[in-house]
Amino acid sequence: MSAVADTHAQDHHHHGPAKGFSRWLLTTNHKDIGTMYLIFSFAMFLLGGTMAMVIRAELFQPGLQIVEPEFFNQMTTMHGLIMVFGAVMPAFVGLANWMLPLMIGAPDMALPRMNNWSFWLLPCAFLILVSTLFMSGGAPNFGWTFYAPLSTTYGPPSTTFFIFAVHIMGISSIMGAINVIATILNLRAPGMTLMKMPLFVWTWLITAFLLIAVMPVLAGVVTMMLMDINFGTSFFDASGGGDPVLFQHVFWFFGHPEVYIMILPAFGAVSHIIPAFSRKPLFGYASMVYAVGAIALLSFVVWAHHMFTVGIPIAGQLFFMYATMLIAVPTGVKVFNWVATMFRGALSFEAPMLFAVAFVILFTIGGFSGLMLAIAPADFQYHDTYFVVAHFHYVLVPGAIFGIFASAYFWLPKWTGHMYDETLAKTHFWLSFIGMNLAFFPMHFLGLAGMPRRIPDYALQFADFNMVSSIGAFMFGATQLLFLLIVVKCVKGGEKAAAKPWDGAEGLEWTLPSPPPYHSFTTPPEVK
Amino acid sequence: MRVHAKRAGALLGGLLFPAWSMADWTLNMAPGVTGTSNEIFSLHMTILWICVVIGIVVFGVMFWSIFAHRKSQGHKPANFHENTVVEILWTIIPFVILVIMAIPATATLVDMYDTAESDVDIKVTGYQWRWKYDYLDEEFGYFSNLATSKDEIYNRLDKSENYLLDVDNPLVIPVGKKVRLLVTANDVIHSWWVPAFGVKKDAIPGFINETWTRVDEPGIYRGQCTELCGKDHGFMPVVVKAVPEAEYNEWVAEQQAAAERERELTEKDWTLEELMERGEQTYATTCAACHQADGSGAPPAFPALKGSQVVLEDMDAHLDIVVNGVSGTAMQAFGGQLSEVDLAAVITYERNAWGNNTGEMVTPKEVFEYKNQE
Repeated sequence: MSAVADTHAQDHHHHGPAKGFSRWLLTTNHKDIGTMYLIFSFAMFLLGGTMAMVIRAELFQPGLQIVEPEFFNQMTTMHGLIMVFGAVMPAFVGLANWMLPLMIGAPDMALPRMNNWSFWLLPCAFLILVSTLFMSGGAPNFGWTFYAPLSTTYGPPSTTFFIFAVHIMGISSIMGAINVIATILNLRAPGMTLMKMPLFVWTWLITAFLLIAVMPVLAGVVTMMLMDINFGTSFFDASGGGDPVLFQHVFWFFGHPEVYIMILPAFGAVSHIIPAFSRKPLFGYASMVYAVGAIALLSFVVWAHHMFTVGIPIAGQLFFMYATMLIAVPTGVKVFNWVATMFRGALSFEAPMLFAVAFVILFTIGGFSGLMLAIAPADFQYHDTYFVVAHFHYVLVPGAIFGIFASAYFWLPKWTGHMYDETLAKTHFWLSFIGMNLAFFPMHFLGLAGMPRRIPDYALQFADFNMVSSIGAFMFGATQLLFLLIVVKCVKGGEKAAAKPWDGAEGLEWTLPSPPPYHSFTTPPEVK
Repeated sequence: MRVHAKRAGALLGGLLFPAWSMADWTLNMAPGVTGTSNEIFSLHMTILWICVVIGIVVFGVMFWSIFAHRKSQGHKPANFHENTVVEILWTIIPFVILVIMAIPATATLVDMYDTAESDVDIKVTGYQWRWKYDYLDEEFGYFSNLATSKDEIYNRLDKSENYLLDVDNPLVIPVGKKVRLLVTANDVIHSWWVPAFGVKKDAIPGFINETWTRVDEPGIYRGQCTELCGKDHGFMPVVVKAVPEAEYNEWVAEQQAAAERERELTEKDWTLEELMERGEQTYATTCAACHQADGSGAPPAFPALKGSQVVLEDMDAHLDIVVNGVSGTAMQAFGGQLSEVDLAAVITYERNAWGNNTGEMVTPKEVFEYKNQE
C-alpha cells in the first residue's frame, strides 16, 4: 500500500518491495513474511474450523447421521493437527516476524533468507497433509496424538505422507526459532538489556528455545514410526519386542512443551495490551520473566501427566503429579500480576483489551481444570473424557486464539496505517466470547458425566449438552468470518492511524509511523 | 385449544429433539459405588471448591477494577508496578494450598495401587472392538460385544434406554470381594473404564496392567472404552454385573459347564447347514465390523470377502489368514480367539455366503488338525 518504492534518485532497488507475485515468493522482508504467516494461519484456522463444524454437526444428536466413524476420526485428527501446527504456531511466528524487529529496534530479522524458506515450507507441508484426505484409505485417523500401534501397524496408507508433512513443519519451526533467537540476541537496539526487553520478546525468546529443544524429539518419534511402518523395525510393536508406551513417553516429551509453545507468546502479547489499556505500567515485570522461565523449565518434567492411566509405577505417578501441580505457582503469579496491573488503572475496553481480559479470565478457568487434572487419582476419572477436551480448548481457544486476536487488533493500526472498525470488532468479540463458552463449558459437564472423547456417537444421557455445545460451536465458527471482513476493511482503508494510536501503549514499535517503512529501523534507536 | 397447542409442541419437540426426553442435565461427577470412587469424588470436590474460592477472589478483584477504575468514569491511574511482599505472598500461599491438596491425593493413589490379596482374578483383553474376559482360576472366558443394533445407530429404530451401553455378555463379579483385573490388549491400545468404580486402566498390547475394585452394591454398571482404538472406538462399552456371592458361584459353575460343552462340539459331525447357521452369527459378531455384513469390506484396509480369490479357491490359505492373521495389517490371528467350531463355521460361512457358493465346508476337526500340525 503506502510502503511502495519511492523514486528518489539516490535510492537503490533495495528500498521497496518487488512487484507482483515474486514480491511474496522471493521476499526476505520481515513484514511481508509476517503477513504471509498470518494469512496462512488464518486460512488454516478456517480449514481446521470447518472440520470442527463437521465434528459438532455429527455430535449434534445421538446416532450416526452425517459422517461415518472412519471419516469422523479423520476429522478429529486433521482438526487437531491443522489447528496446532497450521493455525496457532504459524500465527505466533507471524506476529514474531512483524513485531520482534519493531520492538527491539532492528532493521529486519537476523536471517532473512532462511526466514523466507521457513515460511514457504509450511504451505508445502500442509498441501501434503491435506492431500491425504483424498488418498485411498483416507487421511490419518488416529487422533492428533497419533498413538502407536494405532498409527503404525493399524494406520492408513497415508500415514507416511503425514510423517513427511510433520518433518517439513518441524524443519520450518526449528528454522523460525533459530531466526528468533539470533534476532533477539544480536539485533537489539543499544541500551536494551535483557531485562529491558518487552515481554513479547522475552516470551518468544523462551518459546524459541522450547521449539529447538522439542521439535527434534517430534521428528525422532515420527521417524521411528516411519521405520516401523516401512522398514520392519519394532520400536512400538510389542510382538517384535517394542514398546507402545515408549511412543507416548517420547511424544509427550515433545507434546507438553508444545502446549506452552502455543501459549507463552500470548502471555507476552497480553502483558503489553493490559498495561496499554489500563494506562498503568505492567505489575511485576521481573517476576513475569521469571515465571515464564519457570513454566518453560517445568514443562520438560511433567510429560507423563498425560499418561496417568498407562500403568507407570507409583513413584513416577507421584513425581509427575507433584511437578504438574507446581506449574500452578508461576502461572498463578502471572494471572495475579495481570490483575494487579488492572487494579487502580484507568481502564478502557477497546477490542484488544476485551480479548485480553477474556484471555485472563478464561485461561484461568482452563488453568483450574488443569490443576484438577493434575491430581492423579482424580485424573483416572477425567482422563480421555470430554473434561479434558473442555480443559485444553479453554487454554487454547481463549488462550492462544484470543491472544492472537488481541494482538491482531492491537497492532492492526500499526501494520495497515488504518484504524479497524471498532463496532464490528466488539461484535466479533462478544459473539466469539458467548459462542466459545457455549461450545466448551458444557463439555466439562459431559466429561464429568462420563462421556469419552473421540467418539462419533454417544449414549442418550449426553444428548442435551452436546446439542448446546454444537450450537455454541456453530456460533463461534460463523463469527470468525466477521474477523476476515474486519481485517479486509482495515487493510483497504479507514480512519488514518497515528504512530501511537493507543494512548497507554509503550514500546519502540510506536515510535515508527503507521504503517512503518518497508525497512524498519535503518539506524538503531537509543534505549535509555 | 391449549391442549392442542401443547400436543403440537410436544410433537414438534419430539420430532426435533427425540433424544431430549431421555436426557438428563448432569453437571457433576457421580460419587460411584466403591471406596476408591468415593475417595476420588471427595478429592474432586475439594479441588473444585479450592478453585472456585480462588476464582472468586481473583475475578472479584478484577471485576471491581473493571467497574470502579474505568477511564470513562474519570478514574486517574495509579503508577505502582511492583511490591515485593505481595509478590512473595502470592507465590507462597498457592504453594501451601498445593501441598495441602497433595497429601490426600497421595494417600488415595497408594490405595489404588494396592492390588495385593485379591479374591477373584480376571484378565481383561481389549480387541478391536470388544472386550474379552478370562476368569483365570475358573478357566473359562468369553467376549463381550456391543448389543445395540445398527438400526438404532443409524436412526432407523428408536434408541433404547441403554443405547451404546449394552453388551451381550457382561462381566460378572461377586459383591464384597476384591476383584483384581489384569488389563491387556490384543491389537491397539484400549482403556477399560467404569466410572462408578473409579477404575480406568489402559489396555496395552504386550503389557499387563493391574488394577482392582471391590463393589458392595449389587447392580449393573456401565462404562466405555476411553482410548481411541480405531473406527468403532465409540462402540465397545463395558458392562459389569455385580451379583451376590451365591449367585456368582452358580453362574461360574454354569459357565464352566458351557465351556465343557463347547469343547465337546468339536468332536461332533457337523453338516454344511449347521455350520452356515453358526457361522453367520460368528461372522456378525467377529468379522462384520471390518469386512461388513455383506462381505463387501472397506478396501484398502479391509478387503472384500465377496468374490475374493482366497475365499473362493485355496482352503489352506483361507485357514492360514483366519487362524494366524496377516502381520502388519489389521487382520488379527483368530486362532486363539475363536473355538474350533466357530473357526470352522465362519470359514464355511464365508465360502458359501453372498453368492460365494463354493459348496465347500471345513469341519471343526479339520480346523483342530490344521492348528495342531503347525
